[in-house]
Amino acid sequence: MTTPAIPEGVKRCSTGKFALWLAVVGAVLLWGVYAMFLVWYKGLNQTGMNDAYGFALWIWADLTVIALGGGAFFSGFLTYIIGKKELKSIINYAVIIGFICYSSALLILALDIGQPLRGWFIFWHANVHSMLTEVAFCLSVYFAVLTIEFLPIVLENPKLDRIPFLHHLSHNLHEVMAVFAATGVFLSFFHQGSLGGVAGVLYGRPFAFREGLLIWPWTFFLFTWSAAAVGPCFTVLITRITEKVTGKKLVKQATFRLLAKISGWMLLTYMIAKIIDTWYWAAVTAPAKGFTLMDFYTNNPVYGIWILIAELVICGLLPAVILVTRKGRENNLLLMTGVILAVIGVCINRWVMVLQVMAAPLLPFQDWYMYMPTWQEIATTILPIAYGIILIMLAYRYLPVFPQEKELNSGS
Amino acid sequence: MTKQEQHTRTKRYGMVIDLDRCTGCGACMVACYAENNVPFKKNESDKMLSLNWIRVFKVDNGKPFPDTEICYIPKPCMQCDGRHMEGHSPCVSVCPAVATDYDYPTGIVSQIYTRCFGCRYCMAACPYHARKFNWWDPSWPAEMEKYLNPDVSVRMRGVVEKCSFCYHRYQKARDKAYLEGRDEIYEHEYQPACVEACPTGAMTFGDLLNPEHEVYKLSRSKKAFRLLEKLHTNPKVYYLSSKSWVRRKADNYLEGQSPGQQNNARKTETASH
Amino acid sequence: MFPFIFEWAWDIPHLVFMGALWYALSIIGAGLTYCILKSLYDTATEEGGESHEHH
Ligand code: SF4
Ligand code: SF4
Repeated sequence: MTTPAIPEGVKRCSTGKFALWLAVVGAVLLWGVYAMFLVWYKGLNQTGMNDAYGFALWIWADLTVIALGGGAFFSGFLTYIIGKKELKSIINYAVIIGFICYSSALLILALDIGQPLRGWFIFWHANVHSMLTEVAFCLSVYFAVLTIEFLPIVLENPKLDRIPFLHHLSHNLHEVMAVFAATGVFLSFFHQGSLGGVAGVLYGRPFAFREGLLIWPWTFFLFTWSAAAVGPCFTVLITRITEKVTGKKLVKQATFRLLAKISGWMLLTYMIAKIIDTWYWAAVTAPAKGFTLMDFYTNNPVYGIWILIAELVICGLLPAVILVTRKGRENNLLLMTGVILAVIGVCINRWVMVLQVMAAPLLPFQDWYMYMPTWQEIATTILPIAYGIILIMLAYRYLPVFPQEKELNSGS
Repeated sequence: MTKQEQHTRTKRYGMVIDLDRCTGCGACMVACYAENNVPFKKNESDKMLSLNWIRVFKVDNGKPFPDTEICYIPKPCMQCDGRHMEGHSPCVSVCPAVATDYDYPTGIVSQIYTRCFGCRYCMAACPYHARKFNWWDPSWPAEMEKYLNPDVSVRMRGVVEKCSFCYHRYQKARDKAYLEGRDEIYEHEYQPACVEACPTGAMTFGDLLNPEHEVYKLSRSKKAFRLLEKLHTNPKVYYLSSKSWVRRKADNYLEGQSPGQQNNARKTETASH
Repeated sequence: MFPFIFEWAWDIPHLVFMGALWYALSIIGAGLTYCILKSLYDTATEEGGESHEHH
């Protein structure tokens, strides 16, 4: 008898239905791939970027997926290093989501550079003083770690598990996973931070520049912190969406609540730090360079003070308060509101730290610079989403991602 | 000072542009295009997609006719010395591949086109928008290709370029001096193309540290200022203007602040270095 | 990235940065090597037992 490809004891939809959905998402993926080749073949003139917007939608997408993918390292940290056993039921999925986020980030970076074939220069001719060098190194090495963390999950596919060597490999990888996870945490602290440092060190850009500790601007710490806070929210969000789509219970409520609680406290402390940082920047850093706070939020069609309020209050303090209170976590609707707001909050933060930095004028005789992405940029930014959905579909169908699925759905 | 000492002494090549004299004719821009093989497109209406190493800006005092006054500001790369005057220019310290570098003997910020891989982090870092990206493959009308300057390499799509203070001219002058057995190059031997082309003599170029060079005196004049001094990028391009409203266009001032205070602050700062 | 590349300098920034990089890489490399070798060993020593199960 042949081994079925689908893990034992769980129900999956028919192959026909699966293939149909795969085709639908695949079509979107192909659209993105077409745009990707256009960009590689014709160059960056296919984008809406210009000399004022050297960084735009792609860099935002990069920063955002990495922040959201932070769920993998922070859950890994909590599971393997702090020893929160309850999170074992969600760590597989967190790793897969992290893997998707980081592979997407690398793909986008490969698109974003003007001379993709020279991409390796960043390693070979590394300038150790540049935040981007640190990002590139940690990102690629951490991606390798995520691949190693993903590998045993892939190897648990019933068909692969029959091969003795792979069976043992998966087992042995599990055994030493804590070592890999610890390395991943170490790398993550640095590249999440360096991504914040990318903007924070720009002393020629008063909107982005921050003082800091030694060589690290405050944004370095704020980015790591916010990724650790919001990454798990994203993991919760995607898991809940997966539950909705599949119509199954995959992870115990208690696990969601625990993750939400930790996220909530991280978010609350992050928001306090972020507000102090914003205040100091508005009161001391920016004025020293000749700018008042409102200079950054007026005289332009998009960036009003609303964006600061949205980031700090509506998508910052509010979700933090929801997630730290027991009532908020236990009410499903509130929990999800908190999680979604937190995710939006980090998206806004990364957006302003990239695009508003480029938009704000510096010389008094210059105006705000506005930017509109082209369809090629949008398609290539949607591409990773389509790719992520396909990978999740495949993983959910063929791999034992959720250890509690059997138990939680045995009644039905 | 012995000859040897003079030779090894670090230079700070810089430029002084007299805005009172500039008529905005754009000859500097044209000369730069020709000298540095800067490509152009059929349609250059979007200036943020144009490759121009020096660009002339037009500013006015914001007053209605008949009080309107106009000033033209030519803006090349400022060749920033960076905070603490240590060569940590905003753009140099961020480049992950060391494709842009601060040349300590001359103070010129170089750009290595074959090393740049087009991440554009330096563009994000430069507050003067002095850096330009090659969004397209460079091209010239066929007849013009014959007139490209053999001393300057053309750049490929996907890399950043910027004003080099015509560094190739510096190299030529240095070679000439060497052949003639001299250690020092004369002021007139090394002048960028834009400075030579300026019909009104608004631009002056030389070593800011050499009292015999004209820029030494001009850059220390009461009328001298630089763009965005408060950012502490320490540009080596100075401007002269007798009009206070022009000075106000060069930097950002909080309510109640004025360019005069700024100037004094700078003086104490340079003095302490 | 390597001492033979001309940007390299034996200064503190290089030692700290590249030190951390090579440290992380060697842990990952050692971990992987251990897993692969151990799995090869496990597969080889278990052969007899497994063939019993199958027949
Ligand atoms: S003006 Fe811009 S490109 Fe030129 S040295 Fe300064 S920061 Fe670098
Ligand atoms: S675009 Fe080129 S010069 Fe600028 S930071 Fe990137 S690699 Fe360096």
